[in-house]
Amino acid sequence: MDVILFLIFAAIAVVCGFNVVVQSHPISSAISLIGVMGSLAVLYLLLSAEFLAAAQVIVYAGAIMVLFVFVIMLLNAGAEIRRGRALLAQVLGIPLLFTFLGLMAYFAKNMFPGASDVRFGAFKHGTALDVGRALFTQYLLPFEVVSVLILIAILGAVVLAQKEME
Amino acid sequence: MSAGVPLSWYLILSAVLFSLGIAGFLLRRNVITVFMSIELMLNAVNLTFITFSYELKQVNGHIFSFFVMVVAAAEAAVGLAIILTVFKNRSTLNIDDVSSMKN
Repeated sequence: MDVILFLIFAAIAVVCGFNVVVQSHPISSAISLIGVMGSLAVLYLLLSAEFLAAAQVIVYAGAIMVLFVFVIMLLNAGAEIRRGRALLAQVLGIPLLFTFLGLMAYFAKNMFPGASDVRFGAFKHGTALDVGRALFTQYLLPFEVVSVLILIAILGAVVLAQKEME
Repeated sequence: MSAGVPLSWYLILSAVLFSLGIAGFLLRRNVITVFMSIELMLNAVNLTFITFSYELKQVNGHIFSFFVMVVAAAEAAVGLAIILTVFKNRSTLNIDDVSSMKN
């Protein structure tokens, strides 16, 4: 059951991720990215990260992607104009990308020989209780710093996007 | 007891998504799509964090992943505001046309 669920949602994630890259219209890419995020949320659940699965759906698939779609609508962004890719990108970039992927896969396969298989429910400390406890004790300072960062980001976004006064 | 998923499958999935993000970042010309590719890469990294958190039976990876999400939200807000400003000044979303710092 775990394997079947993993394969289904991994396939959805990869297909949607591929779609993000190949679609010429930004809105199609955005919808595909929501698909990636939704299937990743299911994979987080399989890894017993309940809190983060919920946060993934609410924060990423909800808030951030709404922001993206909103900006695409606001700017009325049309389909990308296809141009010839730079020769360097074709000759060097794509083989290097596959080399990178192959190396990553090789290391992932061989670096952890003693790793146990992932089973749903074997790890029970991904709940909001455990994450919250770690966040408000051991990681209290980073948590507060990041809240200041969010505040600065909000102010920065408002300052950047406001209309200039004539 | 059903068979479990090998840990490396999750890591390889994460590597695939990260590579797709790099490909989108390098090959696309629309600045919004480039930005979405960055989000895809951040998601792939989050998956790795959570996978290792599971393997090590610690909650720390979840915390890191949480912080990545927060920073991604902040980055999306500021980045999209910058895109809006660039579009207001240049009326284009193509990154090849926005190659100089000055107007």
